Amino acid sequence: MEAPAVLAEELSKVFLVAAKEPGLMGTLRHFVRRRYRRIKAVNNVSFEITPGEIVGFLGPNGAGKTTTLKMLTGLIYPTSGELEVLGHVPYRRPAAFLKQITLVMGNKQQLIWDLPVLDSLRINAAVYEIEPAEARRRTREFAELLEIEDILTQPVRKLSLGQRMKAELLASLFHLPRLLFLDEPTLGLDVNAQIAVRRFLRDYRERYGATLLLTSHYMADIEALAGRVLVIHRGSLLYDGDLEGLVERFAPYREVRLQLERPLAAAELAGYGEVEEAGGLRARLLVERRRLTAVVAELLARFAVRDLSVTEPPLEEVIARVFSEGRV
Amino acid sequence: MRYLKLLAIFWQTSLAARMEYRTAFLLAFLEAALEAAGKLFGVYLFYSNGFDLGGWRWQEALLVLGLASLLDAFFIGVFNPNLRRISEMVQDGTLDFVLLKPVSSQFWMSSQQFAAVGLPFLLVSLGLIGYAGGAAGLDAAGWLRLGLGAAAALLLAYAVAFLFATTSIWFVKIFNVVYFLNSIVWTGQYPVQAYSRPFRLFMTFVLPVYFMTTAPAEVALGRLSAGWLLAVIAVSLGVLALSRAFWRFALRYYASASS
Repeated sequence: MEAPAVLAEELSKVFLVAAKEPGLMGTLRHFVRRRYRRIKAVNNVSFEITPGEIVGFLGPNGAGKTTTLKMLTGLIYPTSGELEVLGHVPYRRPAAFLKQITLVMGNKQQLIWDLPVLDSLRINAAVYEIEPAEARRRTREFAELLEIEDILTQPVRKLSLGQRMKAELLASLFHLPRLLFLDEPTLGLDVNAQIAVRRFLRDYRERYGATLLLTSHYMADIEALAGRVLVIHRGSLLYDGDLEGLVERFAPYREVRLQLERPLAAAELAGYGEVEEAGGLRARLLVERRRLTAVVAELLARFAVRDLSVTEPPLEEVIARVFSEGRV
Repeated sequence: MRYLKLLAIFWQTSLAARMEYRTAFLLAFLEAALEAAGKLFGVYLFYSNGFDLGGWRWQEALLVLGLASLLDAFFIGVFNPNLRRISEMVQDGTLDFVLLKPVSSQFWMSSQQFAAVGLPFLLVSLGLIGYAGGAAGLDAAGWLRLGLGAAAALLLAYAVAFLFATTSIWFVKIFNVVYFLNSIVWTGQYPVQAYSRPFRLFMTFVLPVYFMTTAPAEVALGRLSAGWLLAVIAVSLGVLALSRAFWRFALRYYASASS
Protein backbone atom coordinates (compact mmCIF):
# COMPACT_ATOMS: atom_id res chain seq x y z
CA MET A 1 0.00 0.00 0.00
CA GLU A 2 1.22 3.49 -0.85
CA ALA A 3 2.35 5.54 2.13
CA PRO A 4 0.05 8.44 2.94
CA ALA A 5 1.10 11.91 1.77
CA VAL A 6 -0.12 13.32 5.07
CA LEU A 7 -0.62 11.51 8.32
CA ALA A 8 -1.87 13.47 11.33
CA GLU A 9 -2.66 11.80 14.62
CA GLU A 10 -4.15 13.56 17.62
CA LEU A 11 -2.68 16.81 16.42
CA SER A 12 -3.09 19.79 18.78
CA LYS A 13 -1.81 23.32 18.94
CA VAL A 14 -2.19 25.65 21.89
CA PHE A 15 -1.35 29.34 21.61
CA LEU A 16 -0.75 31.71 24.49
CA VAL A 17 -2.59 34.91 23.65
CA ALA A 18 -2.28 38.11 25.65
CA ALA A 19 -5.60 39.51 26.88
CA LYS A 20 -5.94 43.28 27.26
CA GLU A 21 -8.76 45.34 28.78
CA PRO A 22 -9.71 48.50 26.89
CA GLY A 23 -8.85 52.03 28.08
CA LEU A 24 -5.83 53.67 29.68
CA MET A 25 -5.88 51.58 32.86
CA GLY A 26 -6.16 48.44 30.79
CA THR A 27 -3.21 49.56 28.70
CA LEU A 28 -1.08 50.29 31.79
CA ARG A 29 -1.97 46.97 33.40
CA HIS A 30 -1.22 45.25 30.12
CA PHE A 31 2.16 46.98 29.96
CA VAL A 32 3.19 46.17 33.55
CA ARG A 33 1.72 42.73 33.99
CA ARG A 34 0.58 40.84 30.97
CA ARG A 35 -2.10 38.19 31.33
CA TYR A 36 -2.23 35.33 28.88
CA ARG A 37 -4.99 32.99 27.85
CA ARG A 38 -4.43 29.55 26.43
CA ILE A 39 -6.24 29.13 23.13
CA LYS A 40 -6.57 25.64 21.78
CA ALA A 41 -6.46 26.40 18.06
CA VAL A 42 -6.35 22.74 17.00
CA ASN A 43 -7.65 19.97 19.21
CA ASN A 44 -6.75 16.30 18.68
CA VAL A 45 -7.21 16.29 14.94
CA SER A 46 -6.48 13.05 13.08
CA PHE A 47 -6.65 12.41 9.36
CA GLU A 48 -4.77 10.86 6.47
CA ILE A 49 -4.39 12.03 2.88
CA THR A 50 -3.34 9.61 0.16
CA PRO A 51 -1.12 10.73 -2.72
CA GLY A 52 -3.02 12.32 -5.58
CA GLU A 53 -6.04 13.29 -3.51
CA ILE A 54 -7.59 16.76 -3.55
CA VAL A 55 -8.96 17.53 -0.12
CA GLY A 56 -10.99 20.60 0.80
CA PHE A 57 -10.51 21.96 4.27
CA LEU A 58 -13.66 23.69 5.47
CA GLY A 59 -14.32 25.72 8.55
CA PRO A 60 -15.37 29.21 9.65
CA ASN A 61 -12.79 31.89 10.46
CA GLY A 62 -10.68 30.89 13.45
CA ALA A 63 -11.62 27.21 13.15
CA GLY A 64 -7.99 26.09 13.01
CA LYS A 65 -7.58 25.49 9.27
CA THR A 66 -4.58 27.73 8.74
CA THR A 67 -2.94 26.61 11.99
CA THR A 68 -3.25 23.02 10.79
CA LEU A 69 -1.77 23.93 7.40
CA LYS A 70 1.12 25.69 9.12
CA MET A 71 1.84 22.60 11.20
CA LEU A 72 1.68 20.42 8.11
CA THR A 73 4.18 22.65 6.31
CA GLY A 74 6.48 22.76 9.33
CA LEU A 75 6.12 26.49 9.97
CA ILE A 76 4.92 26.00 13.51
CA TYR A 77 5.48 23.24 16.02
CA PRO A 78 2.53 21.15 17.18
CA THR A 79 1.90 21.25 20.92
CA SER A 80 1.15 17.53 20.83
CA GLY A 81 0.36 14.74 18.42
CA GLU A 82 2.12 12.94 15.61
CA LEU A 83 2.66 14.32 12.16
CA GLU A 84 4.26 12.87 9.06
CA VAL A 85 4.18 14.57 5.68
CA LEU A 86 5.76 12.83 2.68
CA GLY A 87 7.61 10.66 5.15
CA HIS A 88 9.14 13.64 7.00
CA VAL A 89 8.51 15.31 10.31
CA PRO A 90 7.52 18.75 8.99
CA TYR A 91 8.89 21.01 11.73
CA ARG A 92 12.41 19.71 11.13
CA ARG A 93 12.07 21.21 7.66
CA PRO A 94 14.74 19.16 5.89
CA ALA A 95 15.55 20.40 2.38
CA ALA A 96 14.30 17.12 0.86
CA PHE A 97 10.88 17.85 2.37
CA LEU A 98 10.77 21.55 1.49
CA LYS A 99 11.60 20.81 -2.16
CA GLN A 100 8.43 18.71 -2.45
CA ILE A 101 5.88 21.05 -0.91
CA THR A 102 4.50 24.51 -1.38
CA LEU A 103 2.20 26.80 0.53
CA VAL A 104 0.11 29.36 -1.30
CA MET A 105 -1.58 31.95 0.85
CA GLY A 106 -4.24 34.23 -0.56
CA ASN A 107 -3.44 36.95 1.94
CA LYS A 108 0.35 36.91 1.77
CA GLN A 109 2.73 37.14 -1.11
CA GLN A 110 6.27 36.05 -1.75
CA LEU A 111 6.82 38.01 -4.97
CA ILE A 112 9.11 41.02 -4.77
CA TRP A 113 6.75 43.98 -4.79
CA ASP A 114 8.86 46.42 -6.78
CA LEU A 115 10.24 44.06 -9.40
CA PRO A 116 8.80 42.03 -12.26
CA VAL A 117 7.65 38.46 -11.65
CA LEU A 118 10.64 37.16 -13.64
CA ASP A 119 13.04 38.52 -10.99
CA SER A 120 11.29 36.54 -8.26
CA LEU A 121 11.36 33.46 -10.50
CA ARG A 122 15.09 33.94 -10.99
CA ILE A 123 15.59 33.72 -7.23
CA ASN A 124 13.36 30.65 -6.98
CA ALA A 125 15.26 28.98 -9.82
CA ALA A 126 18.53 29.51 -7.91
CA VAL A 127 17.00 28.37 -4.61
CA TYR A 128 15.59 25.17 -6.10
CA GLU A 129 18.60 24.67 -8.38
CA ILE A 130 16.58 24.67 -11.59
CA GLU A 131 18.67 24.85 -14.77
CA PRO A 132 18.07 28.03 -16.82
CA ALA A 133 16.62 26.16 -19.83
CA GLU A 134 14.25 24.19 -17.61
CA ALA A 135 13.30 27.36 -15.72
CA ARG A 136 12.41 29.03 -19.04
CA ARG A 137 10.36 26.00 -20.07
CA ARG A 138 8.40 25.98 -16.80
CA THR A 139 7.85 29.73 -16.96
CA ARG A 140 6.42 29.35 -20.48
CA GLU A 141 4.28 26.36 -19.55
CA PHE A 142 2.73 27.85 -16.43
CA ALA A 143 2.39 31.37 -17.81
CA GLU A 144 0.48 29.94 -20.76
CA LEU A 145 -1.81 27.88 -18.53
CA LEU A 146 -2.44 30.88 -16.32
CA GLU A 147 -2.67 33.29 -19.27
CA ILE A 148 -0.14 35.73 -17.84
CA GLU A 149 2.56 35.63 -20.53
CA ASP A 150 2.26 39.39 -21.10
CA ILE A 151 2.71 40.58 -17.55
CA LEU A 152 5.87 38.77 -16.48
CA THR A 153 8.07 41.82 -17.09
CA GLN A 154 5.84 44.27 -15.20
CA PRO A 155 6.57 45.20 -11.59
CA VAL A 156 4.36 43.18 -9.26
CA ARG A 157 2.95 46.36 -7.73
CA LYS A 158 1.43 47.25 -11.13
CA LEU A 159 -0.52 43.99 -11.41
CA SER A 160 -4.18 43.49 -10.61
CA LEU A 161 -5.11 41.24 -7.70
CA GLY A 162 -6.05 38.42 -10.06
CA GLN A 163 -2.82 38.71 -12.05
CA ARG A 164 -0.82 38.81 -8.84
CA MET A 165 -2.44 35.66 -7.49
CA LYS A 166 -1.77 33.86 -10.75
CA ALA A 167 1.86 35.01 -10.62
CA GLU A 168 2.04 33.81 -6.99
CA LEU A 169 0.86 30.40 -8.14
CA LEU A 170 3.49 30.38 -10.85
CA ALA A 171 6.22 31.21 -8.33
CA SER A 172 4.90 28.74 -5.76
CA LEU A 173 4.70 25.82 -8.18
CA PHE A 174 7.87 26.63 -10.08
CA HIS A 175 9.77 23.79 -8.37
CA LEU A 176 7.01 21.29 -9.25
CA PRO A 177 5.98 20.38 -5.71
CA ARG A 178 4.23 17.06 -5.10
CA LEU A 179 2.14 18.39 -2.25
CA LEU A 180 0.30 21.70 -2.44
CA PHE A 181 -1.12 23.48 0.57
CA LEU A 182 -3.43 26.23 -0.58
CA ASP A 183 -4.86 28.64 1.95
CA GLU A 184 -7.65 30.68 0.35
CA PRO A 185 -5.99 30.78 -3.07
CA THR A 186 -8.92 32.63 -4.65
CA LEU A 187 -9.40 35.20 -1.87
CA GLY A 188 -10.77 38.46 -3.25
CA LEU A 189 -10.63 37.35 -6.89
CA ASP A 190 -13.43 37.99 -9.38
CA VAL A 191 -15.36 35.05 -10.78
CA ASN A 192 -13.26 34.77 -13.97
CA ALA A 193 -10.00 34.75 -12.05
CA GLN A 194 -11.39 32.20 -9.60
CA ILE A 195 -12.32 29.91 -12.49
CA ALA A 196 -8.87 30.34 -14.05
CA VAL A 197 -7.14 29.48 -10.77
CA ARG A 198 -9.28 26.39 -10.29
CA ARG A 199 -8.62 25.26 -13.86
CA PHE A 200 -4.90 25.75 -13.41
CA LEU A 201 -4.83 23.76 -10.17
CA ARG A 202 -6.74 20.93 -11.81
CA ASP A 203 -4.39 20.95 -14.82
CA TYR A 204 -1.34 21.00 -12.58
CA ARG A 205 -2.60 18.08 -10.57
CA GLU A 206 -3.33 16.07 -13.72
CA ARG A 207 0.08 16.80 -15.26
CA TYR A 208 2.18 16.23 -12.16
CA GLY A 209 0.02 13.90 -10.07
CA ALA A 210 0.17 16.25 -7.11
CA THR A 211 -1.75 16.07 -3.87
CA LEU A 212 -3.74 19.17 -2.86
CA LEU A 213 -5.10 20.34 0.46
CA LEU A 214 -6.98 23.59 0.09
CA THR A 215 -9.01 25.86 2.28
CA SER A 216 -11.50 28.28 0.79
CA HIS A 217 -14.50 30.27 1.79
CA TYR A 218 -15.81 29.94 -1.74
CA MET A 219 -17.76 26.72 -1.84
CA ALA A 220 -17.43 26.76 -5.61
CA ASP A 221 -13.67 26.12 -5.17
CA ILE A 222 -14.33 23.12 -3.00
CA GLU A 223 -17.12 21.79 -5.23
CA ALA A 224 -15.00 22.20 -8.36
CA LEU A 225 -11.81 20.67 -6.99
CA ALA A 226 -12.19 18.53 -3.92
CA GLY A 227 -13.37 14.98 -3.91
CA ARG A 228 -13.16 14.87 -0.15
CA VAL A 229 -13.67 17.42 2.59
CA LEU A 230 -12.44 17.83 6.13
CA VAL A 231 -14.71 20.01 8.24
CA ILE A 232 -13.07 21.64 11.24
CA HIS A 233 -14.82 23.74 13.84
CA ARG A 234 -13.33 25.28 16.99
CA GLY A 235 -10.21 23.24 16.46
CA SER A 236 -11.93 19.86 16.24
CA LEU A 237 -12.53 17.75 13.18
CA LEU A 238 -16.27 17.36 12.63
CA TYR A 239 -16.38 15.50 9.36
CA ASP A 240 -14.06 13.63 7.03
CA GLY A 241 -15.60 12.28 3.86
CA ASP A 242 -16.97 13.23 0.47
CA LEU A 243 -19.00 16.34 -0.16
CA GLU A 244 -22.17 14.44 -1.10
CA GLY A 245 -21.93 12.52 2.14
CA LEU A 246 -21.79 15.75 4.09
CA VAL A 247 -24.92 17.09 2.39
CA GLU A 248 -26.59 13.73 2.79
CA ARG A 249 -25.88 13.54 6.47
CA PHE A 250 -26.52 17.09 7.38
CA ALA A 251 -29.26 18.11 5.00
CA PRO A 252 -31.34 15.00 4.37
CA TYR A 253 -34.09 17.17 2.84
CA ARG A 254 -35.08 18.47 -0.55
CA GLU A 255 -37.18 21.53 -1.14
CA VAL A 256 -40.31 20.86 -3.25
CA ARG A 257 -41.94 23.88 -4.92
CA LEU A 258 -45.44 23.67 -6.28
CA GLN A 259 -47.44 25.88 -8.67
CA LEU A 260 -51.10 25.00 -8.13
CA GLU A 261 -54.38 25.30 -10.07
CA ARG A 262 -56.26 26.17 -6.87
CA PRO A 263 -55.07 27.39 -3.44
CA LEU A 264 -54.13 24.76 -0.89
CA ALA A 265 -54.15 25.13 2.90
CA ALA A 266 -51.05 24.22 4.88
CA ALA A 267 -52.99 21.50 6.71
CA GLU A 268 -53.60 19.65 3.43
CA LEU A 269 -49.84 19.44 2.77
CA ALA A 270 -48.71 18.80 6.34
CA GLY A 271 -48.57 15.04 5.92
CA TYR A 272 -46.00 15.25 3.11
CA GLY A 273 -43.28 17.23 4.80
CA GLU A 274 -42.40 20.41 6.63
CA VAL A 275 -44.52 23.18 5.07
CA GLU A 276 -42.59 26.38 4.51
CA GLU A 277 -45.16 28.26 2.45
CA ALA A 278 -48.82 27.54 1.62
CA GLY A 279 -52.29 29.13 1.39
CA GLY A 280 -52.07 30.53 -2.13
CA LEU A 281 -51.32 29.19 -5.59
CA ARG A 282 -47.71 28.55 -4.56
CA ALA A 283 -46.47 26.16 -1.91
CA ARG A 284 -43.04 25.11 -0.61
CA LEU A 285 -42.25 22.17 1.60
CA LEU A 286 -39.18 20.29 2.83
CA VAL A 287 -39.39 16.60 2.12
CA GLU A 288 -37.14 13.86 3.46
CA ARG A 289 -34.94 12.47 0.70
CA ARG A 290 -35.92 8.87 1.28
CA ARG A 291 -39.61 9.75 0.80
CA LEU A 292 -39.07 12.18 -2.07
CA THR A 293 -40.14 10.00 -4.99
CA ALA A 294 -43.25 8.71 -3.27
CA VAL A 295 -44.25 12.19 -2.05
CA VAL A 296 -43.81 13.78 -5.48
CA ALA A 297 -45.86 11.03 -7.12
CA GLU A 298 -48.61 11.42 -4.55
CA LEU A 299 -48.68 15.22 -4.82
CA LEU A 300 -49.02 15.01 -8.59
CA ALA A 301 -51.77 12.40 -8.32
CA ARG A 302 -53.78 14.08 -5.60
CA PHE A 303 -53.60 17.80 -6.37
CA ALA A 304 -54.02 19.84 -9.52
CA VAL A 305 -50.35 20.77 -9.94
CA ARG A 306 -49.39 23.12 -12.76
CA ASP A 307 -45.63 22.88 -12.09
CA LEU A 308 -43.36 21.10 -9.63
CA SER A 309 -39.67 21.50 -8.97
CA VAL A 310 -37.22 19.90 -6.55
CA THR A 311 -34.09 21.74 -5.42
CA GLU A 312 -30.99 20.83 -3.41
CA PRO A 313 -30.28 23.05 -0.43
CA PRO A 314 -27.32 25.33 -1.33
CA LEU A 315 -24.00 23.98 -0.05
CA GLU A 316 -23.27 27.25 1.75
CA GLU A 317 -26.47 26.73 3.75
CA VAL A 318 -25.52 23.19 4.65
CA ILE A 319 -22.08 24.25 5.80
CA ALA A 320 -23.50 27.19 7.74
CA ARG A 321 -25.82 24.78 9.54
CA VAL A 322 -22.93 22.46 10.36
CA PHE A 323 -20.99 25.36 11.84
CA SER A 324 -23.88 26.88 13.75
CA GLU A 325 -24.71 23.55 15.36
CA GLY A 326 -21.07 22.55 15.77
CA ARG A 327 -21.74 18.93 14.86
CA VAL A 328 -22.44 16.70 11.90
CA MET B 1 29.22 27.83 -4.51
CA ARG B 2 25.44 27.60 -4.53
CA TYR B 3 25.29 30.12 -1.71
CA LEU B 4 27.68 32.48 -3.47
CA LYS B 5 25.48 32.33 -6.56
CA LEU B 6 22.45 33.00 -4.41
CA LEU B 7 24.20 35.93 -2.75
CA ALA B 8 24.98 37.44 -6.16
CA ILE B 9 21.34 37.08 -7.25
CA PHE B 10 20.06 38.46 -3.93
CA TRP B 11 22.22 41.56 -4.16
CA GLN B 12 21.46 42.17 -7.82
CA THR B 13 17.75 41.88 -7.07
CA SER B 14 17.95 44.08 -4.01
CA LEU B 15 19.86 46.70 -5.94
CA ALA B 16 17.32 46.51 -8.77
CA ALA B 17 14.42 46.95 -6.32
CA ARG B 18 16.05 50.05 -4.82
CA MET B 19 16.88 51.44 -8.26
CA GLU B 20 13.22 51.22 -9.27
CA TYR B 21 12.80 54.55 -7.47
CA ARG B 22 15.48 56.51 -9.26
CA THR B 23 15.25 59.87 -7.45
CA ALA B 24 15.16 58.30 -3.99
CA PHE B 25 18.07 56.06 -4.90
CA LEU B 26 20.23 58.90 -6.22
CA LEU B 27 19.42 61.20 -3.29
CA ALA B 28 20.18 58.49 -0.73
CA PHE B 29 23.47 57.75 -2.46
CA LEU B 30 24.39 61.43 -2.63
CA GLU B 31 23.54 61.90 1.04
CA ALA B 32 25.65 58.89 1.98
CA ALA B 33 28.58 60.17 -0.10
CA LEU B 34 28.39 63.60 1.56
CA GLU B 35 28.13 62.08 5.04
CA ALA B 36 31.10 59.80 4.40
CA ALA B 37 33.14 62.74 3.12
CA GLY B 38 32.10 64.76 6.19
CA LYS B 39 33.32 61.97 8.44
CA LEU B 40 36.62 61.95 6.67
CA PHE B 41 36.98 65.70 7.21
CA GLY B 42 36.30 65.25 10.94
CA VAL B 43 38.96 62.57 11.10
CA TYR B 44 41.42 64.85 9.33
CA LEU B 45 40.83 67.64 11.86
CA PHE B 46 41.10 65.27 14.80
CA TYR B 47 44.11 63.25 13.78
CA SER B 48 46.22 65.67 11.69
CA ASN B 49 47.83 67.35 14.71
CA GLY B 50 49.24 64.12 16.11
CA PHE B 51 48.45 62.92 19.63
CA ASP B 52 48.83 60.05 22.01
CA LEU B 53 45.60 58.22 22.91
CA GLY B 54 45.92 55.70 25.72
CA GLY B 55 49.42 54.85 24.56
CA TRP B 56 48.50 54.72 20.86
CA ARG B 57 50.21 56.87 18.23
CA TRP B 58 47.75 58.69 16.00
CA GLN B 59 48.51 56.44 12.97
CA GLU B 60 47.73 53.39 15.10
CA ALA B 61 44.57 54.93 16.54
CA LEU B 62 43.53 55.80 13.00
CA LEU B 63 43.72 52.11 12.15
CA VAL B 64 41.23 51.39 14.95
CA LEU B 65 38.97 54.11 13.55
CA GLY B 66 39.31 52.57 10.07
CA LEU B 67 38.18 49.21 11.40
CA ALA B 68 35.22 50.80 13.20
CA SER B 69 34.31 52.56 9.93
CA LEU B 70 34.51 49.27 8.07
CA LEU B 71 32.06 47.68 10.51
CA ASP B 72 29.83 50.72 10.26
CA ALA B 73 29.81 50.46 6.45
CA PHE B 74 28.71 46.83 6.72
CA PHE B 75 26.01 47.76 9.22
CA ILE B 76 24.71 50.41 6.80
CA GLY B 77 25.00 48.34 3.64
CA VAL B 78 24.18 44.82 4.78
CA PHE B 79 23.45 44.13 8.46
CA ASN B 80 20.83 46.79 9.17
CA PRO B 81 18.72 46.39 6.01
CA ASN B 82 18.71 42.62 6.37
CA LEU B 83 18.20 42.24 10.07
CA ARG B 84 15.45 44.87 10.11
CA ARG B 85 13.56 42.56 7.72
CA ILE B 86 13.44 39.84 10.39
CA SER B 87 11.34 42.08 12.59
CA GLU B 88 9.14 43.19 9.66
CA MET B 89 8.64 39.69 8.36
CA VAL B 90 7.78 38.34 11.79
CA GLN B 91 5.25 41.16 12.10
CA ASP B 92 3.46 40.45 8.83
CA GLY B 93 4.05 36.70 8.80
CA THR B 94 5.94 36.65 5.50
CA LEU B 95 8.86 34.92 7.20
CA ASP B 96 6.77 31.84 6.31
CA PHE B 97 8.01 31.98 2.74
CA VAL B 98 11.65 32.05 3.80
CA LEU B 99 11.20 29.14 6.20
CA LEU B 100 9.64 27.09 3.40
CA LYS B 101 12.64 27.47 1.12
CA PRO B 102 15.24 24.68 1.02
CA VAL B 103 18.10 27.02 1.94
CA SER B 104 19.45 28.18 5.28
CA SER B 105 16.90 30.67 6.60
CA GLN B 106 19.66 32.41 8.55
CA PHE B 107 21.63 32.92 5.34
CA TRP B 108 18.52 34.22 3.59
CA MET B 109 17.61 36.64 6.36
CA SER B 110 21.20 37.87 6.63
CA SER B 111 21.99 38.42 2.99
CA GLN B 112 18.93 39.14 0.89
CA GLN B 113 19.20 42.91 1.11
CA PHE B 114 21.99 45.09 -0.08
CA ALA B 115 21.92 48.87 0.37
CA ALA B 116 24.24 50.65 -2.03
CA VAL B 117 24.38 53.61 0.37
CA GLY B 118 26.92 51.58 2.34
CA LEU B 119 29.40 51.81 -0.53
CA PRO B 120 30.72 55.36 0.10
CA PHE B 121 31.28 54.45 3.75
CA LEU B 122 33.03 51.27 2.67
CA LEU B 123 35.34 53.24 0.37
CA VAL B 124 36.15 55.76 3.11
CA SER B 125 36.85 52.97 5.62
CA LEU B 126 39.14 51.12 3.20
CA GLY B 127 40.91 54.40 2.46
CA LEU B 128 41.39 55.06 6.17
CA ILE B 129 42.68 51.57 6.84
CA GLY B 130 45.04 51.75 3.86
CA TYR B 131 46.39 55.14 4.87
CA ALA B 132 46.69 54.32 8.59
CA GLY B 133 48.30 50.94 7.93
CA GLY B 134 50.82 52.57 5.63
CA ALA B 135 51.55 55.37 8.08
CA ALA B 136 51.95 52.89 10.94
CA GLY B 137 54.47 50.97 8.83
CA LEU B 138 52.68 47.63 8.48
CA ASP B 139 54.68 44.97 6.69
CA ALA B 140 53.18 42.20 4.52
CA ALA B 141 52.60 39.92 7.51
CA GLY B 142 50.98 42.83 9.34
CA TRP B 143 48.60 43.42 6.43
CA LEU B 144 47.74 39.72 6.36
CA ARG B 145 47.04 39.73 10.11
CA LEU B 146 44.97 42.86 9.64
CA GLY B 147 42.93 41.24 6.85
CA LEU B 148 42.23 38.15 8.92
CA GLY B 149 41.47 40.21 12.01
CA ALA B 150 39.10 42.47 10.06
CA ALA B 151 37.27 39.46 8.58
CA ALA B 152 36.89 37.96 12.05
CA ALA B 153 35.67 41.31 13.38
CA LEU B 154 33.01 41.54 10.65
CA LEU B 155 31.89 38.00 11.38
CA LEU B 156 31.69 38.76 15.09
CA ALA B 157 29.74 42.01 14.58
CA TYR B 158 27.31 40.19 12.27
CA ALA B 159 26.85 37.30 14.70
CA VAL B 160 26.14 39.59 17.67
CA ALA B 161 23.74 41.69 15.57
CA PHE B 162 21.98 38.54 14.36
CA LEU B 163 21.67 37.28 17.94
CA PHE B 164 19.96 40.53 18.88
CA ALA B 165 17.73 40.56 15.79
CA THR B 166 16.64 36.97 16.48
CA THR B 167 14.81 38.13 19.60
CA SER B 168 12.25 39.62 17.14
CA ILE B 169 10.70 36.15 17.07
CA TRP B 170 9.43 36.83 20.61
CA PHE B 171 9.45 40.60 20.96
CA VAL B 172 8.60 41.43 17.32
CA LYS B 173 9.31 45.17 17.34
CA ILE B 174 12.82 44.98 18.71
CA PHE B 175 14.86 46.08 15.78
CA ASN B 176 16.15 49.22 17.51
CA VAL B 177 18.43 46.94 19.47
CA VAL B 178 20.47 46.40 16.29
CA TYR B 179 20.78 50.17 15.81
CA PHE B 180 21.90 50.28 19.44
CA LEU B 181 24.58 47.71 18.69
CA ASN B 182 25.59 49.76 15.65
CA SER B 183 26.08 52.77 17.97
CA ILE B 184 28.00 50.71 20.51
CA VAL B 185 30.31 49.44 17.79
CA TRP B 186 30.95 53.05 16.91
CA THR B 187 32.32 53.58 20.43
CA GLY B 188 35.03 51.19 19.29
CA GLN B 189 36.42 53.88 17.00
CA TYR B 190 38.97 54.66 19.74
CA PRO B 191 41.29 52.07 21.28
CA VAL B 192 39.68 50.60 24.40
CA GLN B 193 42.69 51.74 26.44
CA ALA B 194 41.33 55.27 26.04
CA TYR B 195 38.26 54.37 28.12
CA SER B 196 37.86 53.91 31.85
CA ARG B 197 38.23 50.40 33.28
CA PRO B 198 34.51 49.57 33.78
CA PHE B 199 33.68 50.58 30.22
CA ARG B 200 36.68 48.67 28.96
CA LEU B 201 35.43 45.53 30.68
CA PHE B 202 31.97 46.11 29.23
CA MET B 203 33.43 46.49 25.73
CA THR B 204 35.42 43.30 26.11
CA PHE B 205 33.17 40.87 27.92
CA VAL B 206 29.59 42.14 27.55
CA LEU B 207 29.48 43.53 24.04
CA PRO B 208 32.73 42.31 22.52
CA VAL B 209 33.55 45.55 20.72
CA TYR B 210 37.16 45.16 21.78
CA PHE B 211 37.46 42.10 19.50
CA MET B 212 35.96 44.04 16.60
CA THR B 213 38.28 47.05 16.39
CA THR B 214 41.06 47.34 18.94
CA ALA B 215 42.11 43.69 18.99
CA PRO B 216 42.48 43.27 15.19
CA ALA B 217 44.51 46.52 15.10
CA GLU B 218 46.72 45.32 17.98
CA VAL B 219 47.27 42.00 16.21
CA ALA B 220 48.16 43.76 12.95
CA LEU B 221 50.56 46.13 14.70
CA GLY B 222 52.24 43.28 16.53
CA ARG B 223 51.12 44.59 19.92
CA LEU B 224 49.50 41.22 20.48
CA SER B 225 50.91 37.84 19.52
CA ALA B 226 49.59 35.72 16.62
CA GLY B 227 47.90 33.54 19.24
CA TRP B 228 45.58 36.45 19.88
CA LEU B 229 44.59 36.46 16.23
CA LEU B 230 43.50 32.87 16.64
CA ALA B 231 41.62 33.89 19.78
CA VAL B 232 39.80 36.66 17.89
CA ILE B 233 38.89 34.20 15.11
CA ALA B 234 37.79 31.61 17.67
CA VAL B 235 35.60 34.13 19.49
CA SER B 236 34.00 35.11 16.14
CA LEU B 237 33.33 31.53 15.11
CA GLY B 238 32.01 30.72 18.59
CA VAL B 239 29.53 33.60 18.54
CA LEU B 240 28.55 32.69 14.97
CA ALA B 241 27.79 29.13 16.07
CA LEU B 242 25.82 30.52 19.00
CA SER B 243 23.80 32.76 16.67
CA ARG B 244 22.92 29.74 14.50
CA ALA B 245 21.84 27.66 17.48
CA PHE B 246 19.83 30.57 18.90
CA TRP B 247 18.05 31.15 15.56
CA ARG B 248 17.05 27.48 15.36
CA PHE B 249 15.86 27.60 18.95
CA ALA B 250 13.89 30.81 18.35
CA LEU B 251 12.09 29.36 15.33
CA ARG B 252 10.44 26.86 17.65
CA TYR B 253 8.53 29.83 19.02
CA TYR B 254 7.68 31.39 15.67
CA ALA B 255 3.92 31.82 15.63
CA SER B 256 3.50 32.87 11.97
CA ALA B 257 1.35 35.98 12.24
CA SER B 258 -2.07 36.36 10.59
CA SER B 259 -4.03 33.71 8.81
